Amino acid sequence: MIAGMLREAWSAMGANRLRTFLTMLGLVIGVGAVVLMMAIGQGAQTLVREAVATMGSNLFIVLSGGTTAGGARTGSGTAPTLTLADAEAIGELPSVAAVAPTQYGSAQLVYGAANWNTQVMGVTPSYLEVREWRLVAGQPFTEADVRAVARVALLGQTVVKQMFGDEDPVDKTVRIRNSPYLVLGVLAAKGQSFDGRDQDDTVLVPLTTAQRKLYGSSFPGTVRFMMVKALSEEAMPRAERAIDALLRARHRIPPDGEADFTIRNLSAVADVQAQTTRVMSILLGAVASVSLVVGGIGIMNIMLVSVTERTREIGIRMAIGARRRDVLLQFLLESLIVSVIGCLIGVILGVAAALLVSRVTQMTVVVTAVAIGLAFLVAAAVGVFFGFYPARKAADLKPIEALRYQ
Amino acid sequence: MDRAAAASTPLIVIEHLHKHYDTDAGPQPVLRDVSLRIEAGEFVAVMGPSGSGKSTFMNILGCLDVASSGRYLLQGNDTARLSGDELARLRNRFIGFVFQGFNLLPRATLLDNVALPLLYAGLPAHSREERARELLARVGLERYAGYLPSRISGGQQQRVAIARALVNSPKLVLADEPTGNLDSATSHEIMRLIAGLNAEHGTTVVLVTHEADVARFGKRVIHFVDGMVDSDQIAGATPASRALEASP
Repeated sequence: MIAGMLREAWSAMGANRLRTFLTMLGLVIGVGAVVLMMAIGQGAQTLVREAVATMGSNLFIVLSGGTTAGGARTGSGTAPTLTLADAEAIGELPSVAAVAPTQYGSAQLVYGAANWNTQVMGVTPSYLEVREWRLVAGQPFTEADVRAVARVALLGQTVVKQMFGDEDPVDKTVRIRNSPYLVLGVLAAKGQSFDGRDQDDTVLVPLTTAQRKLYGSSFPGTVRFMMVKALSEEAMPRAERAIDALLRARHRIPPDGEADFTIRNLSAVADVQAQTTRVMSILLGAVASVSLVVGGIGIMNIMLVSVTERTREIGIRMAIGARRRDVLLQFLLESLIVSVIGCLIGVILGVAAALLVSRVTQMTVVVTAVAIGLAFLVAAAVGVFFGFYPARKAADLKPIEALRYQ
Repeated sequence: MDRAAAASTPLIVIEHLHKHYDTDAGPQPVLRDVSLRIEAGEFVAVMGPSGSGKSTFMNILGCLDVASSGRYLLQGNDTARLSGDELARLRNRFIGFVFQGFNLLPRATLLDNVALPLLYAGLPAHSREERARELLARVGLERYAGYLPSRISGGQQQRVAIARALVNSPKLVLADEPTGNLDSATSHEIMRLIAGLNAEHGTTVVLVTHEADVARFGKRVIHFVDGMVDSDQIAGATPASRALEASP
């Protein structure tokens, strides 16, 4: 019965191809727009997620405080209030997985005829763990290198590209501020951070080497900031409170006094970024959905015309035994078929457009099965919803009036 | 025809049937107090001038329209008590229509046109096709099964319409001016087909026409004038011999 009706609906649509195509067009554009917009939105979310992942997860940054000299206050990280002993104490907290005290600055690098100015960070071996950063060649430096104040370095991908080209930098010697450093290894590419910095444009050296040989601190044993990795996302609030209490105790600051350090939750910053892109992609989807509704109204419009035009046909069908629901089903099926085929074409066009956009603009687009499934569901719903009124109008015709209609 | 056996349960009983249309100028009467009986196996020709109400009478007989008052019993069933879907089922299984304008679906093939009542009767696809081919063969148009109606002549279209009317083996065939759009040679052909149905299969036929030579095929002729039965006679008999119900 349904199969026969489907065949009927199909041939009715085939009888007026141009009109059927025009009816579909609104929905094709609507579905295409939804698929494209969701792909772009998903792409942006993926970018943010990847940037956040390269930064490392469950991170705090603990900065030393500022100084106040003659009423003028300097910014965070300028006063030498954080010590290596603080870092070690934090590392022993149960909610903390690892801590990486860091000293940074910039320095000129020379290798043969090439030279390059970059950020040189003094770190401990745990830094790689905290940042979830792998090596692609060579070895990391060790605690022994830190204790020995060794002149060894790990190079980021951008530095390698600028200084070595295709040459293998491992076991070569670069000059940093005119002192020779042995290149132990090469860091894996991380790409841009979520605030747009090139994370690969960096050199890592042992913390002690940076402090004593590169930046010559007047306060030995202090660091400007440290990165702290909590055990898990759930442990982050606990870790933050524990770090705060610990540092206050070590620095002898009462609980209500002004701290000489700052704790920043990096994941919170990333969350805001992710939230922003999520809202953006919802907005894009909502705008595109409007065109779906417009497409649905187009279907209703044409179906109403079709019902009027085919009044006599409906009369004939009723005279030979079509019940109300037979007529209803016939017109519902027609609008459903139009919707589903329109949706199919829309999905194909939307995916094609997404691929084109990603090729032309280098933008990341992600087409998900969820987006396609959603578009299909909405199209079917639109077909039934906007097809129902015209179908009911057809089914409610009186046989004799429909038959007499000229 | 053995009239006595069928006479106990008349196929059609109509009592004091009234029909009026509501117009801006008030109700316009079309049928006025029509009462008559039609036995199974009869071949009735309904005649009358335009506006005499004979087409409205046919539409009510065919359950396409309903009376304003009065009773219409079809094989003992009071049609006023039936729902829209039940009337549709009655039209589908019990009644075959042949119209003046053929009323084939223009975009469906002849085979699909003939098979359409079977679709609404809920038959599976293969038996629909088999039965429709059988009927097309019966009206001699088997070889045009895949054609659209526009490719064949008017007489052939009317034969397809007759095939469609018969596909569910109805007890009653209603033909409303079936030859109105045809030339006289073709008219005769169509009328012989309809008369053959009645003679060979005992199908009850009610035929509306205003052509005397078409009406001559009927065994009983009813004349409508101004919405009332003017005369009702067995063909060849004297007037008024059958007009028992018309004037109580």
